Amino acid sequence: MHRLAWALADGHVVAKRNIIKIVRVPEVLVFVLISPIMFVLLFAYVFGDSIPIPGVDYREFLMAGIFTQTVIFGATFTGAGIAEDMQKGIIDRFRSLPMSRSAVLVGRTASDIVYNLLSIAIMALTGLLVGWRIRGSWLDAVGGFVLLLVFAYAFSWIMAYVGLVVPSVEVINNASFIVIFPLTFIANTFVPLENLPGPLRTFAEWNPVSAVTLAAREAFGNTSEAFPAPDVWSMRHPVAYALLWVGIILAIFVPLSVRRYRRSGS
Amino acid sequence: MEGTIRASGLVKRYGEVLALDGLDLEVPQGTVLGLLGPNGAGKTTAVRILTTLLQADGGRAEVAGVDVFEDPSAVRERIGVSGQYAAVDEHLTGFENLDMVGRLYRLGRRRARLRARELLDRFDLADAADRPVKTYSGGMRRRLDLAGALVAEPTVLFLDEPTTGLDPRSRLGMWDILRELLSQGTTLLLTTQYLEEADQLADEIVVIDHGRAIARGTADQLKAQVGGERVELVVRVPEQLDAARSVLQTVSLGDVQVTPHAHALSAGVTGGADALMEVLRRLDTAGVGLLDVGLRRPTLDDVFLTLTGQHAEPATGDPQAPDEHTTEVA
Repeated sequence: MHRLAWALADGHVVAKRNIIKIVRVPEVLVFVLISPIMFVLLFAYVFGDSIPIPGVDYREFLMAGIFTQTVIFGATFTGAGIAEDMQKGIIDRFRSLPMSRSAVLVGRTASDIVYNLLSIAIMALTGLLVGWRIRGSWLDAVGGFVLLLVFAYAFSWIMAYVGLVVPSVEVINNASFIVIFPLTFIANTFVPLENLPGPLRTFAEWNPVSAVTLAAREAFGNTSEAFPAPDVWSMRHPVAYALLWVGIILAIFVPLSVRRYRRSGS
Repeated sequence: MEGTIRASGLVKRYGEVLALDGLDLEVPQGTVLGLLGPNGAGKTTAVRILTTLLQADGGRAEVAGVDVFEDPSAVRERIGVSGQYAAVDEHLTGFENLDMVGRLYRLGRRRARLRARELLDRFDLADAADRPVKTYSGGMRRRLDLAGALVAEPTVLFLDEPTTGLDPRSRLGMWDILRELLSQGTTLLLTTQYLEEADQLADEIVVIDHGRAIARGTADQLKAQVGGERVELVVRVPEQLDAARSVLQTVSLGDVQVTPHAHALSAGVTGGADALMEVLRRLDTAGVGLLDVGLRRPTLDDVFLTLTGQHAEPATGDPQAPDEHTTEVA
């Protein structure tokens, strides 16, 4: 069989193992699912009436942002999972087997899609309860969810690399906060770009997080004629810009992580 | 030629520290080499290099006819490894662990399952097969880990301190399992801190210290060098010290050692428990009363004392001194 086919077959075996663990340690899952619910409720009720968006209810505007932020935070899980594996004896078993050298990473990033799917589902339900509605076509909405998952998958590979370099779960959790909070806040996730001051606004306009959020927002029909996207390329073509970033991230971090994994332990 | 291990001039550096300093090893097909040394001697480093987990800084190595540095993935297809720390997943069941390993050895779904059940039966884990490994005892984890190493029926097996940390009963159980394996002609490289373990299982022993082999030979040759077993006894009344000494002299290999203020004597013997029984019979006939008597087998420490003139110093980790080497018959 081809090398790629083996990477997928072995990755599937590793992913299955990770998914069994999701079921066996449900405490983790509970926290993963509670934090997005908390975010939806906090933002909807605390900021709900203080941030006016022309033509759109803030709660509808908010949901795409919450989705994006949560799936990006979900990547922290990938890093923590890899770091935990690297500390344990099981990694020696994997490394002594004639399996694909990328399978541990392929399997981990794949099984974390399940986490993100679950948290998106929980968030969507919570959103519906506080008044969020999908105003466009269902097909577009599905496209929006798929884009969120694809972007989250790419981001998982960044955190997988971090998990290999910093093999400590605590450090990863703290370090990722420092990076992910600014990245998801200096964007159109919770406030309109127009509200941001000059340099921050430029950063936000080219922030891939903004592109993913805007693309999802448009896919869910949570935008308005009265509130057009800023006139920059990234915001005019958010899907293309987001996918461009997905490609760049994967092209850099997949080979980087696999090489790092091979050399680990030496 | 299929199942041999050959290594020459292995060197591994960790910064300033030379973990391996030109180690040579040769394990012929179907034999067992015991790599004996204290903590930090380089045993684990050697195993990790030979099993492709670690890259060497120098030397050559060949396992099962394959160059370890040229073609590590071909080596992985032919070997089984079980390490000092059980390489099993705590949250999976015993069956799921072995099934996963079987799939990753690419046995296919059906054969992986079959093999997992077979090994669980053989290692007395069938009852615990569907329980998460975190509920297993230390001995059960080790057996499961060893089963993992055997999934693909490797021709060459590496076991890194398979009984370290196990209680004496689990250790004996592990030895039985290993003996049965060896009767099937598996080539084995075994590391251990226990001379007795190497003696029980290995055809040849290499004593390693600071990354270098400091002695090699069969267990008998090594024991002959360190002086083998000793009978140690304490007489009830000091007046019988002389009588006890003349009895011991009849079985002793060398001079009988006497420690008068402790009323103690010791003598080198061969034949283990049989020799001890003979001593007891003769002492009984001579009417010598005893406070304590025992058979003391040589330990790694004795080997080191003889070979290097120094005690076996653990460079790292727990300086555990297992006392089950002394068989008390008090």
